[in-house]
Amino acid sequence: MDLAEAPARAPRTAAAYKSSYKPIWCPGCGDFSVLSAITKALAKLDLTPENVAVVSGIGCSSRIPAYTSCYGFHGVHGRALAAATGLKVARPDLTVLVTGGDGDGYSIGGNHFLHACRRNVDLTYVVMDNHVYGMTKGQPSPTTEPDWDSKLSPGGTGVRAFHPLVIALASGANFVARAFSGDPNGTAEVIAQAIVHPGFSFVEVLSPCVTFRPEQRDWKDAVHPAPVEATDDPARAARRIMTDDGFNLGVLYKGNRAPYKGYPAPARAGVADLEKEFEL
Amino acid sequence: MPNASPQKTHAAGGVSIALAGSGGSGVMTAGTLLLTAAAGAGYYGLMVRTSGPQIRGGEAAALLRIAPHPIDGLDDRFDALVALDWGNVQRFADEIPLAAHSVVVGEEAEGEAPEIYRASGARYVAVPFKKTAKSIAGSWANMVALGFAGALAGLPREALHEAAKGTLKKAETVAANLAAIDAGVAAAQGVGGVTPLPPPGPRSRARWLISGNEAAGFGAIRGGVRFVAAYPITPATEMLEWMAPALAKIGGALVQAEDELASVNMIVGASYGGVPSLTATAGPGLALMTEGIGLAVASETPIVVVDVMRGGPSTGIPAKSEQGDLAIATQGLHGDAPHLVLAPTSIADCVATTQWAVALAEKLQAPAIVLSDQFLGQSRAVVDRPDELALDAKRIVPEPNAPDYKRYRDTPSGVSPMAVPGNPGTVYTADGLEHSEGGIPSGNVRDHQLQLDKRARKIAQHDYGERWADVEGEGEAAVITFGSASIAAREAVARLAAQGVRVKLIVLRLIAPLRTAELARALDGVSRVLVVEQNHSAQFHRYLRSLADLPARQQSFHRPGPLPLRPGELAETIAAWRNA
Ligand SMILES: Cc1ncc(C[n+]2csc(CCOP(=O)(O)OP(=O)(O)O)c2C)c(N)n1
Ligand code: SF4
Repeated sequence: MDLAEAPARAPRTAAAYKSSYKPIWCPGCGDFSVLSAITKALAKLDLTPENVAVVSGIGCSSRIPAYTSCYGFHGVHGRALAAATGLKVARPDLTVLVTGGDGDGYSIGGNHFLHACRRNVDLTYVVMDNHVYGMTKGQPSPTTEPDWDSKLSPGGTGVRAFHPLVIALASGANFVARAFSGDPNGTAEVIAQAIVHPGFSFVEVLSPCVTFRPEQRDWKDAVHPAPVEATDDPARAARRIMTDDGFNLGVLYKGNRAPYKGYPAPARAGVADLEKEFEL
Repeated sequence: MPNASPQKTHAAGGVSIALAGSGGSGVMTAGTLLLTAAAGAGYYGLMVRTSGPQIRGGEAAALLRIAPHPIDGLDDRFDALVALDWGNVQRFADEIPLAAHSVVVGEEAEGEAPEIYRASGARYVAVPFKKTAKSIAGSWANMVALGFAGALAGLPREALHEAAKGTLKKAETVAANLAAIDAGVAAAQGVGGVTPLPPPGPRSRARWLISGNEAAGFGAIRGGVRFVAAYPITPATEMLEWMAPALAKIGGALVQAEDELASVNMIVGASYGGVPSLTATAGPGLALMTEGIGLAVASETPIVVVDVMRGGPSTGIPAKSEQGDLAIATQGLHGDAPHLVLAPTSIADCVATTQWAVALAEKLQAPAIVLSDQFLGQSRAVVDRPDELALDAKRIVPEPNAPDYKRYRDTPSGVSPMAVPGNPGTVYTADGLEHSEGGIPSGNVRDHQLQLDKRARKIAQHDYGERWADVEGEGEAAVITFGSASIAAREAVARLAAQGVRVKLIVLRLIAPLRTAELARALDGVSRVLVVEQNHSAQFHRYLRSLADLPARQQSFHRPGPLPLRPGELAETIAAWRNA
């Protein structure tokens, strides 16, 4: 991150982080505002676009990389965190954001989510949670309510929804926040803090799918700012997250766990030195 | 083939000794020291490890072959089997074939050798390994066995001492175990049965003692790999365990991933970041990785996947060798997904072939799968130092602010400059979705056709030079083979040549893309072929038939693992086939 860069120019605006490519999303989709929040966060930090990489998997929400003016990587379904981990460990100089949906991150990519939290590589993971698979046209995801009726699960899955924030906290994420796409400025502020915070930062953004979950338009009336500041005590954070109403917005936990240790260190030897152990 | 020349394999065989015992008996240590001593005395050789199914403490055997010249594989029979105890050692009977001239050496306290070993007519010799060790305070029975086996082979006592001193730490232990080695040497006097090695020839080249897994890891690093992500799996793990500290020394990194889905996507991400990247796995892991390899094809991201093949399908026979992943490696990706598949032809060649795989992946911005196997990976050999290949491995990247930059531009070669994050003015999104030249997702007929053509062209049209295969000898009959199967095939052909029987040998190193024109040229004047491989369904033969015009007279010799192909049986098969 080049926070220290002293610009001899006007700071970049959010527009400087948008590409000219037009999103494919349905009109009214929450993801438009999340894209806008991401660009605002990058502008707030005035990061050099080519030193930022946005990595994603597959889903409506995973389309974000190409809509930014940063380097993008649009990989396969569920593996965004893995690709981003490889990129960040190989290129610690880059700012790496990961974006995606609840299906991508919590279902097919669930294992990577746990291990990315544990590993604590310096990534910022923004999940647009709409409690549904949007791209494949309306199937239940791990955060879908058990009684939500759909063609694939008539009458609902009957399966308990997953609590991503608690899982993130329990798995070791170093920063846990909840945001709402209907508040792009608040979301931008949270994402900017997540980028600056060292280690693995997790931002769950409630982002309505107006097409398959039109009732989520009502989220705007349910959300409210968290009444207290973020804690650095995971036990307190867990209690708050487990007992809140699910619409409590803001940074909920800011930890100070040791960063990932496996980044490349300066070379102590050359390739030819490695031969020595084989020589007779 | 100036650089990747295979080690010359002589028709004649050297000394073959198997050391066996139950877990904790120290046979593997004794075997390793025997090979080290042979190397120290100026010989070549190799040691193949085999063990029972137990995780720790099961029976194990070290299968050695030592010769004055480079040796790549095992012989048909063992001259001696030295067992520290009989525990479950009868399990290895198929892997340790003996002859009437062989000696079976067993622990005196355990009585006769198992019937299965005596059936060959081999002579039994009882040696009090345990009692001898007990009589020398602080010494171990496996060191007595080391002295015994070393003396049978005709290795100088000093070389055995030097090898032992290299691993023993405390002064008392050293003294006691050197005495144990001497006792073993003394006990072997007059036993016979093994023709002792002739003195080694003079040596000009530097030699290495290396396993195929280490060789592949080192070759990858020579090729420029600086990032590895992988999930442990037998028999690939040692490659990763060698690479982890090696990468740390040279400024690289290795991440232990949560699974193979993660490993392959991690290396795709790292390589997208401009760092040559690799993963190593075995069949089950390769199966999990196929979606990610497809992503590397579509997004044109260079990666190298080393598959150290083992018995399959499924968990199969994890610690035994088989060439059963050729089909998944060549055909296992979804969609039309041109990529590279290579196979090292010997333990030493694991260095060059893996280096070449990295170079090709980087140059062609495509995934390369390297088909090693348990035999190559886990065996350790004394080899001439493999030369570093002078390969142009540079990934083509755009200048900063390259005008009108298009990541997936349709170029004559099919390769288009790949911008690396940080480069100004060339921002793009790498995509597994089909895309336009500029990288914008596209389901357009024209874009799809263009990109499919581009990705196929860059792989098909590249000039792979001479390295695609080793083509040796002349004759109207040719043996075509690949990977570790080529070791026994090469020795078989050399034996036949020594008898005046001419057979051409074609060992493919580049499996995909199949060099059909070069293969046709190599088959010029050949009227029949025998395709040799180690799997149950003749995958290589079927692959060749699907792509190449082989002579109408063709035969397949294929057998699944875990038994290695033996040069003698291949020589007989080839001779019979040739005379048919
Ligand atoms: C391996 C694989 N399985 C299934 C799919 C199909 N698929 C594409 S997107 C998606 C779910 C997307 O849901 P989510 O991640 O919640 O994102 P949203 O579209 O709601 O933003 C699925 C199942 C796929 N692309 N790849
Ligand atoms: S389907 Fe839902 S998530 Fe996808 S673009 Fe439309 S509104 Fe957004």
